[in-house]
Amino acid sequence: MSETFEFTKEELAEIDKIKAKYPDKKSPVMPVLWLAQNKFGHVEPEVQQLVAKTLDIPAAHVYGVVSFYTQYYGTRKGKFVFDVCTTLTCQLCGGYDILHHLEDKLGIKAGETTEDGMFSIQSVECLGACGYAPMMQITNGVYCNHLTKEKVDRIVDDLKAGKMPEFEQIPFPQHQNESSK
Amino acid sequence: MSVDWKNFEPVLLPKIPVLHKIDVYEKNGGYDQLKKVLKDWTPEKVTNEVKAANIRGRGGAGFNAGLKWSFMPKPDGGPRYIAANGDESEPGTFKDRQIFEYNPHLFIEGAIIAGFAMSITAVYVYIRGEYKDWIDMMQKAVDDAYAKGYLGKNILGSGFDIDMYVHSGAGAYICGEESSLMESLEGKRGYPRVKPPFPAQKGLWGRPTTINNIETLANVPLVIKNGAEWYTGIGAKNHPGPVLYGISGHVNRPGVYEYPTGMSINDLIYDVCGGVRGGKKVKAVIPGGSSTPPLRGDQLEGVCMDADSLRTAGSMMGTAGMIIMDEDTDMVDVLWRISHFYHHESCGQCTPCRDGTGFLEKTLIKIRDGHGEMRDLDLLLDLCTQMEGRTICALADAAAWPVRYTVTRFREDFEKRVKNTVYALA
Ligand SMILES: Cc1cc2nc3c(=O)[nH]c(=O)nc-3n(C[C@H](O)[C@H](O)[C@H](O)COP(=O)(O)O)c2cc1C
Ligand code: SF4
Ligand code: FES
Repeated sequence: MSETFEFTKEELAEIDKIKAKYPDKKSPVMPVLWLAQNKFGHVEPEVQQLVAKTLDIPAAHVYGVVSFYTQYYGTRKGKFVFDVCTTLTCQLCGGYDILHHLEDKLGIKAGETTEDGMFSIQSVECLGACGYAPMMQITNGVYCNHLTKEKVDRIVDDLKAGKMPEFEQIPFPQHQNESSK
Repeated sequence: MSVDWKNFEPVLLPKIPVLHKIDVYEKNGGYDQLKKVLKDWTPEKVTNEVKAANIRGRGGAGFNAGLKWSFMPKPDGGPRYIAANGDESEPGTFKDRQIFEYNPHLFIEGAIIAGFAMSITAVYVYIRGEYKDWIDMMQKAVDDAYAKGYLGKNILGSGFDIDMYVHSGAGAYICGEESSLMESLEGKRGYPRVKPPFPAQKGLWGRPTTINNIETLANVPLVIKNGAEWYTGIGAKNHPGPVLYGISGHVNRPGVYEYPTGMSINDLIYDVCGGVRGGKKVKAVIPGGSSTPPLRGDQLEGVCMDADSLRTAGSMMGTAGMIIMDEDTDMVDVLWRISHFYHHESCGQCTPCRDGTGFLEKTLIKIRDGHGEMRDLDLLLDLCTQMEGRTICALADAAAWPVRYTVTRFREDFEKRVKNTVYALA
């Protein structure tokens, strides 16, 4: 059975609200792609068609946007995507060890998805959390900071049990330790 | 000479619990500066005060914010925009997100005041897509500001209308470059534009636009409150103000710290961040994000975090995202990873950048894996020369500088690697 992709009435109303923020009809394509990806889990060509139709813009334009930005999933990925940062600071602080540990644990390489479709791993560029390295992001969502192999194991187990890690608020160091002066 | 930082109290991220909530922000004097400006000030007065304060852009280029505002043409009744830059993707940089999380209304108030100064109709806040949680925080703060009448039509009964929209990126470093950011806001691939025309003439949707970094705009209410003279009295003379130092790498207490500009790098490493992990020596410091030239550990004495001091030392302030590397760091490996980043992020429009970043990375992989030859070091420097200043945007320069200065300043690391190969082959 082939899947059909449609927006609900509520989502169309939401899209109208998005459209009102921009002066022309091409500009809302990024937020609408986000909305579509959050709903369908990807923005494969059929979803791109839907977005194009909804905004009344060429599908080729939507494809151009999807293929430019790394966070849009132009092809399906695992249910949970581990974006492990391996850039500069994370590299210095063991980001590659975290990546390789995850690869060994899940039996796949960066860029691949487990056979059961549960997990994908990607090695990504700096996520703006360098002070809390090594770190990763899960499926364009929560940031997991200060990673150790043990913490990674715990996160994988939790996800298997259906539990998403929570947002970690990192206290501002100057606010807590006066004694460092 | 270092500045008096020990008695400095944070003002961008002050020690006030749950300041991100609008009522807490208001109780602590929040939005008072906006009220003052709307009641008593002319747009010119705001621009002049900000210009006199010499807030140097915190997005990397360090341009005087008020001066940039003064480039906007006279209002013609049509729409005019601010694009607030929260793309924050330069490796080593993680400061603007602290404003989203801990003091979003300071930024919003600053953006509205800037909007008043330039007769802006709408502010687009562009935040990198990975910051999903922080985008939600900003959206909440913007919604609250609308609910209180600080945004929208006829704000606070002043007759001034201004809207603010939060826009999520989707993973592209290049969208932090101002013209790429505008393309992205217009729903396109983020290809930087050829300049001129400059954004003040022809920006978003062909209309006058000013692009400022999030932290830059967050400084504005402080200047309005305390005056330009107060502001220029903080930190370094030619590069004043409080600044968010994002410090990462091999230090004991990494994180974002707010202190005056002009702090000595050694004070930041040893006093603020508790020194290097394991008591090791510093091998290298990247002062302001991965594109700024690294300094050697033995080059740091007396070097301070401001444009003048860093220029003399042979680097730049950039985003003040400092990366500290200890004595065991392999500079070849580090430089390869930096080059991989710029190669990955090049948008591909200009040949020197598209091919140059690729050649740099390929050559560095060769050296890293022990197949390099001495002449590859010259090749790297030659490639840099062919990239610098020859492209549409500054990404090519950002890719070339770290290569040029890492190879020249840490040449022993590279020579060791290539020489070893020669012996191994012999
Ligand atoms: C490749 C490239 C990436 C950039 N990324 C950012 C960024 O992530 N955030 C930012 O504020 N400025 C970034 N900039 C600088 C912007 O182009 C622009 O100068 C800045 O946002 C202006 O704001 P400011 O004057 O307040 O600093 C980047 C520039 C280049 C060339
Ligand atoms: S310099 Fe590089 S990133 Fe900038 S426009 Fe040219 S190809 Fe694109
Ligand atoms: S280098 Fe990993 S978050 Fe910046």
